Amino acid sequence: MLVSYKWLKEYIDIDEYSAKEVAEKLTRSGVEVDAIHPLNKEITNLVVGKVVECVKHPEADKLNICQVDVGEIKPVQIVCGAKNVGEGQYVAVARVGARLSGGMKIKRAKLRGEVSEGMICSLQELGFEGKLVPKKYSEGIFNFPQEMLAGEDALSPLGLDDTILELDLTPNRSDCLSMLGVAYEVAAILGVDVKVPEPAIVASKEKASDFVKVHVEASGDNPYYGATVIKGVKIGESPLWLQTALIASGVRPINNVVDVTNYVLLEYGQPLHAFDLDTFGSKEVLVRRATEGEKIVTLDESERTLSGEHLVITNGEDPVALAGVMGGATSEVNDDTVNLLLEAAYFDPGPVRKASRDLGLRSDSSVRFEKGVDPNRVAAAGLRAASLIQQLAGGEILEGPVEFDQLNREPREVSITLDKVNNTLGTQLEVEQIERIFDQLQFPFKENNALFTVDVPTRRQDISIEADLVEEIARLYGYDHIPTTLPNTPTTPGGLTTTQLKKRKTRRFLEGAGMHEAISYSLTTAEKEAHFTENVQSRVKVALPMSEERSTLRTTLLPHLLDALSYNKNRNSYHVHLYEMGSVFHTEENQVTVQPEEKTYVSGAFMGLWHEHSWQGEKKPVDFYVVKGIVEGLLSELDVNGEIRYVQYEKAGLHPGRTALLEIDGKEVGFLGQLHPSTAKEWSLPATYVFELNLQSLMEGTEENLRYEAIPKYPAMDRDIALVVDESVKAEDLQRIILNHGGKLLTRVAVFDLYQGENLAPGKKSLAFSLRYLDRDKTLTEEEVSAVHEKVLLALEENAGAILRS
Amino acid sequence: MLDRLQELHDEAMKKVADASDLNDLKVVRIAYLGKKGPITEVMKGMGKLSAEERPKVGQKANEVRESVTSYIEEKEKAFEEAALLEKLKKESIDVTLPGRPVSKGGRHPLTSVVETIEDVFIGMGFNVAEGPEVETDYYNFESLNLPKHHPARDMQDTFFVTSDLLLRTQTSPVQTRTMEKHEGQGPVKIICPGKVYRRDEDDATHSHQFMQIEGLVVDEGIRMSDLKGIFATFVKKYFGEERNIRLRPSFFPFTEPSAELDISCAMCHGKGCRTCKHTGWIEVLGAGMVHPNVLEMGGFDPEKYSGFAFGMGVERFAMLKYGIDDIRHFYTNDTRFLSQFTRV
Repeated sequence: MLVSYKWLKEYIDIDEYSAKEVAEKLTRSGVEVDAIHPLNKEITNLVVGKVVECVKHPEADKLNICQVDVGEIKPVQIVCGAKNVGEGQYVAVARVGARLSGGMKIKRAKLRGEVSEGMICSLQELGFEGKLVPKKYSEGIFNFPQEMLAGEDALSPLGLDDTILELDLTPNRSDCLSMLGVAYEVAAILGVDVKVPEPAIVASKEKASDFVKVHVEASGDNPYYGATVIKGVKIGESPLWLQTALIASGVRPINNVVDVTNYVLLEYGQPLHAFDLDTFGSKEVLVRRATEGEKIVTLDESERTLSGEHLVITNGEDPVALAGVMGGATSEVNDDTVNLLLEAAYFDPGPVRKASRDLGLRSDSSVRFEKGVDPNRVAAAGLRAASLIQQLAGGEILEGPVEFDQLNREPREVSITLDKVNNTLGTQLEVEQIERIFDQLQFPFKENNALFTVDVPTRRQDISIEADLVEEIARLYGYDHIPTTLPNTPTTPGGLTTTQLKKRKTRRFLEGAGMHEAISYSLTTAEKEAHFTENVQSRVKVALPMSEERSTLRTTLLPHLLDALSYNKNRNSYHVHLYEMGSVFHTEENQVTVQPEEKTYVSGAFMGLWHEHSWQGEKKPVDFYVVKGIVEGLLSELDVNGEIRYVQYEKAGLHPGRTALLEIDGKEVGFLGQLHPSTAKEWSLPATYVFELNLQSLMEGTEENLRYEAIPKYPAMDRDIALVVDESVKAEDLQRIILNHGGKLLTRVAVFDLYQGENLAPGKKSLAFSLRYLDRDKTLTEEEVSAVHEKVLLALEENAGAILRS
Repeated sequence: MLDRLQELHDEAMKKVADASDLNDLKVVRIAYLGKKGPITEVMKGMGKLSAEERPKVGQKANEVRESVTSYIEEKEKAFEEAALLEKLKKESIDVTLPGRPVSKGGRHPLTSVVETIEDVFIGMGFNVAEGPEVETDYYNFESLNLPKHHPARDMQDTFFVTSDLLLRTQTSPVQTRTMEKHEGQGPVKIICPGKVYRRDEDDATHSHQFMQIEGLVVDEGIRMSDLKGIFATFVKKYFGEERNIRLRPSFFPFTEPSAELDISCAMCHGKGCRTCKHTGWIEVLGAGMVHPNVLEMGGFDPEKYSGFAFGMGVERFAMLKYGIDDIRHFYTNDTRFLSQFTRV
């Protein structure tokens, strides 16, 4: 909503405040002023001139030599290129030395030998937006539509001395979509009175009801319809005050009748519509729901197809207006219009919103009806418009209006006690203070024993419960005056749950390991995901995606991590290790009907060197075992119990020989491995390693149960063995055999060497393990250890063909 | 004999003094103090001496031995020290060469902001609650006093999955979910961080995905002044002791009265500058007293209980705190951006 400060002052006496002060007060009490625009930023020396003579320039077809009376003894000569300049016009003259919008300076000039002392201006040259300039003046200079005094300052008549307040209204404050609403708001803040216009009309003896009948079929959608008939109007240009008021409010002037309806819409917040009675098509107004597929050509010359949820004004047969949204083209008021049907109606928000949405048609009218207009201003606005039309366009207002009326105009009664106010706000207000606030708001009320019963004026549709009154009191009392306290309720212990703590631990661990945390979008494409899974059907898709790129909820975190690696690589970062923790969305349904399962995953992606110390010549690229080390470390950090296994695994998108499935107690919880070279190529990545874990299942069922274990009093004995086995034998198999046969004394087994090559038979490899034996109760003897160790060696040979390497 | 011993002593001492390395000393030691050395020889002749002279010669011989031995040891030590010094000198390295880097990653700045805010509120007795990102219309809108066709739904352009399922547009649905779990019994003191989604074109100030932190306090006797108090504490802890707060009336469907919370601008200390659009204040969050309808839908009796709720944008906090000018930086995961926050 754009509020002309000059216009606002017609309703309230606020001369002692500047626009800036009023704006600040409005903002601080809940109606935010987003911007303050002074209309004139730099124009100086602009006066009204009267063109007393206008002749063609002898040397140039397109130029005119004008003698312009600027209030001095002699007229000044101005060369003007506008086609529409002519004798007798009152025009805006920028005199020599003037500045115009944009900093342009006017100098004495000679144009093809003729002196020009100033410039006759177009509205655009004065800083008016092209789309707001009336059509008549959009191609040339501006003419004042009325007699003026030559030489007088032109800024004020053009409204350029005005300041516009741009309101950023919250959806509840639709009352401020009108000048009167804003006036009431400012009046409440400043404690001044509001002057409401009191339209006076002289009605003729003819009755409107003889010319038009009103029938409302859809009375729920349209509880009030008033039709005023005005005969014999003369369509023309509006006076300057009306045009400047509209332009300041962002509305382009059209003609006196249409301008009046727009003016009253802005003033009362009540949309009106004027039909040409002679092209209306009948003597009957019938308001009904549209039939399915019914068509109407609206004022903007578009054909609209309607449905049964839309409300139309018809002439008994055909729709002539889309109720509350836009009029129809056939009965539009034009220069030839003589007789008018002026509509003032209350349309229910529902059908208006529906039509506006369905047809993508938002108008100043629909915006107001959608939020609910003031039932007590509907008829008053009709009267106000009729009176202004008569004043500006002449004509007779027939006795009327013809009405259909089932409108409830009763104010809403809301009660509140003083205690409730104080208990909600933490204040200690007195009865008198609250009374003063209701008075300022002009809310009629009764007070009885600190209980206030308020008749909330219908202009404030947003107030219906006691909390709404509390807010009115609070904002006028001033939020700044509310004290600052802490809750005087019992204290509560705050903290994180085990899961939340584990999520933090996971982050700390991965960051400590050298990874950066990434956060990427949850919405992705099915194609990207298809690299890692075949099952693309059961995905959660948004119904109307903004782009294919963001159409599907992710089921894996990897594609966006790979996008990030690729993004970094293209910016010369080649050694990048990222992890992300976030939700993935799985559904079993082909067409989603219930909330999908959301699981927290943690995934990583690595490219380039894991470790580099260049001057010492150390370069360690990321490999499978770097990633596995991180995963192992994380599992230990999260205190995962259960049997952890890494199983050789083939998975879409990953290297078939370098991928492991992670199982805990036989249950899949994730995977790790190298990205398949062809997948890496899709992302233009070098050798890349990834892991993806279902963090949720890693966090399940582990309780903190850490207990101290006594440090052994007796020394342990270490035995190292190097075993020659077939290349296909897995380290894990050997380790399991060792553990299974080491008995109680064996406390630790670790791989410490892998060797393949010279001195070994083809197809063989050597794996070295370090075994630690310990007896917690006594010092071990060589004999005891050897006995167990021999058993281990024997089992290795029998079960895995492992020979001790000499 | 005594003269001979003195002669030997002087000879030996001279040789020790002339020795240039450990080997020379070894030669002197063997030559003079060895079993076949001249001192031993002299001692062997002691049998021929009178009982009176014998102890004198014996004593002299011992004195000579000791004197020579101690001089040799002294010299040995000196040579060893010199040798060690020489060795250490050779081991000298260039300490200006760069050290071995310890690899360290870092938290995303949005996570840092969330965790810091969580910790401040945990310190004030709050718990952290979470909820699903794919929500039902009921939790995201209806239970928050936004029935279907409510004009305020326009404020939030929504990604719908079906007519009833949507990507949550705010973390507020966690309010209702948490209240339901409390089954009408206070106190409820939670904050809920999480991702939210709106149909916005991504640009410098808009993102179709962003993060919010929602907060809710419900108990008997909670007042709007308490909201001010909690925020004054929070703002001072998070943004610094010198920051002030102010509340401005606003509108949210799920609170009444509603407020925007501003903090004094850090750049100009409230005097007015470009950052704060010359107002001296920066808008940081929306808040208000929980609307009675919302309490009721969450299973709390609005006659008995009251509460306040608030919501803040994590990106906005991070942008204010670190001076980041484009919201898209948070989602490109450029390591040149991320690595600037490893110290946080």
